[in-house]
Amino acid sequence: MAAYIVRRLWQFVPTLLGVVLLVFALFNWVGGDPAYILAGKISSPEQIENIRRQLGVDRPYYVQLWIFLGQIATGDFGVSWATNEKVSDIFATRLAPSLTVLVPMLVLGTVMSMAAAMLVAYLRGSLTDRAIMIGCTVGQSVSILVYILVFQYVLAYRLGWFPVQGWGNGFAENLLRYSALPVIVGVIVSLAPDTRLYRSFFLDEINQDYVRTARAKGMSESRVMWVHVLRNAAIPVITNVMIQLPGLLAGAFLIERFFSIPGIGREVILAVERSDFPLIKAVTVYVALATMVLNLLADLLYKAVDPRVQLK
Amino acid sequence: MNPGATMAGRVRFGSAGLWALAWRQLARDRVGLASLVVLVLCLALVAASGAGLIARDWSQEVGVSYAPPGFMGPDVAHLAPESVPARAAPPRPEVYGIEDPLAGVLAEIRKDLAGGSTTESRAPTLVFGGDKWGRDVLKKTIKGTETSVLVGLLAAALAVFVGTVLGAYAGYYGGRVDDFCNWFYSVFTSIPYLLLVLAVAAVLNQKGTVTVVLILGLTGWTGVFRLVRAEYLKHKAREYILAADAIGASHASRMFVHIFPNVSHVVLVQLSLHVVLFIKSEVILSFLGFGVGVDTVSWGSMLNEAQNELIIGKWWQLAAATAAMAVLVTAFSLFTDALRDALDPRLK
Repeated sequence: MAAYIVRRLWQFVPTLLGVVLLVFALFNWVGGDPAYILAGKISSPEQIENIRRQLGVDRPYYVQLWIFLGQIATGDFGVSWATNEKVSDIFATRLAPSLTVLVPMLVLGTVMSMAAAMLVAYLRGSLTDRAIMIGCTVGQSVSILVYILVFQYVLAYRLGWFPVQGWGNGFAENLLRYSALPVIVGVIVSLAPDTRLYRSFFLDEINQDYVRTARAKGMSESRVMWVHVLRNAAIPVITNVMIQLPGLLAGAFLIERFFSIPGIGREVILAVERSDFPLIKAVTVYVALATMVLNLLADLLYKAVDPRVQLK
Repeated sequence: MNPGATMAGRVRFGSAGLWALAWRQLARDRVGLASLVVLVLCLALVAASGAGLIARDWSQEVGVSYAPPGFMGPDVAHLAPESVPARAAPPRPEVYGIEDPLAGVLAEIRKDLAGGSTTESRAPTLVFGGDKWGRDVLKKTIKGTETSVLVGLLAAALAVFVGTVLGAYAGYYGGRVDDFCNWFYSVFTSIPYLLLVLAVAAVLNQKGTVTVVLILGLTGWTGVFRLVRAEYLKHKAREYILAADAIGASHASRMFVHIFPNVSHVVLVQLSLHVVLFIKSEVILSFLGFGVGVDTVSWGSMLNEAQNELIIGKWWQLAAATAAMAVLVTAFSLFTDALRDALDPRLK
């Protein structure tokens, strides 16, 4: 086990180096000279020269790459070009709001889509099953943007059940008042694709030999579903949730943006709009690292819940 | 998708080829066939619009501003000042430079130039309503569908091409080539897809249909790569490839003439799957203003306009874009499912 973890961690090195090279190539080579973006529309050649010296972009590429590697190692990406806030401070203050929305969304979404998936897997092949599956396909085909627009307009703006947008100071206020509608929208959007996916996990298990054995022993169908099938189908679900996590952190940006939640996703959009390169670079590298760590954790967890799995 | 049809379609026709079998299977799948019909109709509409046969004059301001749909009758309160909604904070997320800032001004200038005569000739209602500048929403939707579908198809073709070539080389040659391609793959997959797309959009910092196709196509090839590589690993050790080697077929010929037809069903299903994925991504990119240019209309830019229209109760543009998206993407998804059922014998 320890040898496996060490080997996996060792494999992080080339991948992370690749991510660094990719980000470096994107921003320092494809992206053009950042001094022009930073200096704004009215600038003299001296100003641009000055900014170039400050950023280090007047030096050769290998020196710039070395500076970038140093930034990653120390976690000090300097200040945001747009707000002069320290990039590390931006992360520290934006993480909590993101998690306040994401954790309830993930927990509720997983529980609800597993329940729905179990139901349709139980009714497999019936008209209900097919109707729900086609409903899921239709629901999935409409962009998340439409869900956000309509829910915000109807539930918050028209009916006034929720605040239209905003963020408070206390944790309880944020969780119960401001996160409620974003969480509902997020859960509804994830329900359709997750139900479809988890249904296939349940169907894989329902056809296994041990299910037939359990039935042959005279076990009730509900016990077969709740005890035998559920526990086995939950294994790929866990992995799926773990792998989704890092994408969600950056991917909930639309929800954060519409509901004015000061989270990481909203910060990414703002950074892209303002060409705030230090922030985008930092987010990309750290989210990539988080993805790798979570993938490793998912594999370890998989091994822990399913002893048949051999880690190689 | 359809277990009953799947069972019935099981191979009884010894001599029929893969495509003939797949077609028989597909013809049995009623949902798949219906979605294929819808899809062909939609693509014909897109082709007609692309060729300029319909919706060519979508940008002409034919109706009054926010002309309601024909079935609702003309807006009587049109001349009265807009009633301001009572609530203080409208749900308006920050929007930076997404709409053409001069379009309103230009419309004013045009109106002045025409000496007010255009106001009389403008229709009070349009078939499915008008937008802020009085453009026909129905024509706009057709044009937007054309853009979104075109971007989806081209980006999917690019991504599948890149993924297939890399996957073929990695799987066929193995060794160093495989290691390198796998490293490349793990680099791209360790960055969440939308974050990568946004990072590339930030760097390129220019709008346009070609830019969107490049962004989506060059970041979205990883799924295809993984599957195609696995298929090539499996196929390169098979006897027919040994036979091809024996008759002196070159590596390239073995890869793309001998093996490729045998994995093309995987590629086709992936192509269909990625069209759906990229259409959805394009909508988000265009909505955020990193997508198609300001003179092009797509579902994303329509939704962007719709978010402000919704507050003043003008729902038709949102409804039109949503309906078009729901019909086309659903048909595409259902067709992909049917295609996979028909082509992939392992899933039977």
